Amino acid sequence: MSPGHYLALSAVLFTIGAFGVLVRRNAIVVFMCVELMLNATNLAFVSFSRMHGNLDGQIIAFFVMVVAAAEVVVGLAIIMTVFRTRRSSSVDDVNLLKY
Amino acid sequence: MNTGTQVSAVLAQGGDIPAPHIEYGQLAPMLLVFGAAILGVLVEAFVGRTARYWAQVPIAFLALAGAFAWTIVLAWRDNPHEVAAEGALGVDGPTLFLQGTILVLALVSLLLIAERGGRAGGHFAAQASALPGSEAEQRTAQAGITQTEVFPLMMFAVGGMLMFPAANDLLTMFVALEVLSLPLYLLCGLARRRRLLSQEAAVKYFLLGAFSSAFFLYGTALLYGYAGSVRLSDISAQISKDAGSETLLLAGAALLSVGLLFKLGGVPFHMWKPDVYQGAPTPITALMASCTVVSAFGAILRVYYVVFETLEWDWRPFMWGVAILTMAIGSIIAITQTDIKRMLAYSSIAHAGFLLMGVIAASPHGLSSTLFYLLAYGFTSVGAFAVVTMVRDAGGEAGHLSRWAGLGKRSPVVAGVFAFFLLAFAGIPLTSGFTGKFAVFKAAVEAGATPLVIVAVVSSAVAAFFYVRVIVVMFFSEPDADGPVVVAGPATAVAVAVGVTATVVLGVLPQPVLDLAGQATTHMFVR
Repeated sequence: MSPGHYLALSAVLFTIGAFGVLVRRNAIVVFMCVELMLNATNLAFVSFSRMHGNLDGQIIAFFVMVVAAAEVVVGLAIIMTVFRTRRSSSVDDVNLLKY
Repeated sequence: MNTGTQVSAVLAQGGDIPAPHIEYGQLAPMLLVFGAAILGVLVEAFVGRTARYWAQVPIAFLALAGAFAWTIVLAWRDNPHEVAAEGALGVDGPTLFLQGTILVLALVSLLLIAERGGRAGGHFAAQASALPGSEAEQRTAQAGITQTEVFPLMMFAVGGMLMFPAANDLLTMFVALEVLSLPLYLLCGLARRRRLLSQEAAVKYFLLGAFSSAFFLYGTALLYGYAGSVRLSDISAQISKDAGSETLLLAGAALLSVGLLFKLGGVPFHMWKPDVYQGAPTPITALMASCTVVSAFGAILRVYYVVFETLEWDWRPFMWGVAILTMAIGSIIAITQTDIKRMLAYSSIAHAGFLLMGVIAASPHGLSSTLFYLLAYGFTSVGAFAVVTMVRDAGGEAGHLSRWAGLGKRSPVVAGVFAFFLLAFAGIPLTSGFTGKFAVFKAAVEAGATPLVIVAVVSSAVAAFFYVRVIVVMFFSEPDADGPVVVAGPATAVAVAVGVTATVVLGVLPQPVLDLAGQATTHMFVR
């Protein structure tokens, strides 16, 4: 298979992730969609790395994984605090700040 | 199997992989700040609860002051213009100017964050994990416990902010973006009062911030696909050669810009800013409104001046649109605001629009005037938010504009200082706001962006309306019987004094600092 197919898959995954962030209500699911976008990016990096024949893209993918793990820690801490306060993890319920 | 042969070539060398060369002297300011952050974490782990505050504040203060002094010496003595750490970071005039600005503004913000006088406990929740309104929260409040995790978190954020404008490749820039953002997400949720609003600000900032950084990263991936490297100079060279897929280049540039514009609050990526500025603890809002804005503009300036310089005709219409929308929407929506922090947030959006004109100018003069504007605006912002922390009633800070009625009769000095900051935001002559705006507008006209300047002047006039409205409320209406009182702790008073001094000096005698910004930008960014 040519790397082009992987790039197409990566674009599809990124789009699904972005769409999910916009339409889903549960903060955890929204966050999972962001993770899907990051993983789609990893796939793109690795495919481009193969196409260009250098290792930069593969190394970058490791960095992205580490950053995504750090983001999970911070994100789940924030979402859990809000859940404990409001007994809800729906992003529609955090609506005190507006206009 | 191109990749495969490369891997085996590396493996064949065995232990001969050369160690990277790190210029410790030139990177010392960043290393000092990160070192202090790690030391702060150790203090949290090993020092007793009562002693922590007295350990954390000096560590943070000394690290920021030391890093600032080192930056000055570095700029003064060596005036470096080169890449460091194997090309990952650029050390040049504009970067050092931005880093110095960030460090000095972080020092002033630290005064606000460390403030514990006036009322017990300061600005931060005694224990972030205790539920709002629960017994546990009351117990910790009665025990007089204070949060000290804010100091290492703040130092990590400041370290990321120093790295963001210095990053010479897109991977370093992404890591710096996350290092500065992740602590800020947490800091936003730590307010002592109105904790529901604070937690809401944190969750909104986090979800939108993570969303935008995914766009930034996909943009990086596409540019890597275009150029085969994430080094800014390599991408720029590839664009000059006019080789490779233009689709990848333009899509990558657009997605990258989304991530950068989000961080500085350009319309239509500004939606987080009012909510987060209002909900976050005010000292953290001060930090975000000054240091984060400086850092984000540093990064966007580097990307647009180094990488997309030859692509100017492609991005210009897009950036024009963003700048016009940012100025207009920031100024117009601010008129309807009734919360003082929210109004300042929209004012910050409008200022981001003015600053974007310096990016669009794409000239040495545009760069130096943007640097000056960032310094001037940062000081005024920190000062204004410092005043907001001082005006308090029973429920904490008096956020609603109507509560500020008649403040000029109760506390003429504080109201006068706040009025002065508002006039500086509006850009009245003899304040730093006027000099900064004048410099940026002039650079934009020279670069042929006269229509933008006309929009900017009209938005400034609209913005002046709501600044003056606050002044009228403060000075020309009768105070409520149970109105807010001014509680000025010593550290906050110092922060306000620094803000006022800088705003006056940069307004009356701007030439030395303008010259400094001009000198810093003579060689532009290193490639």
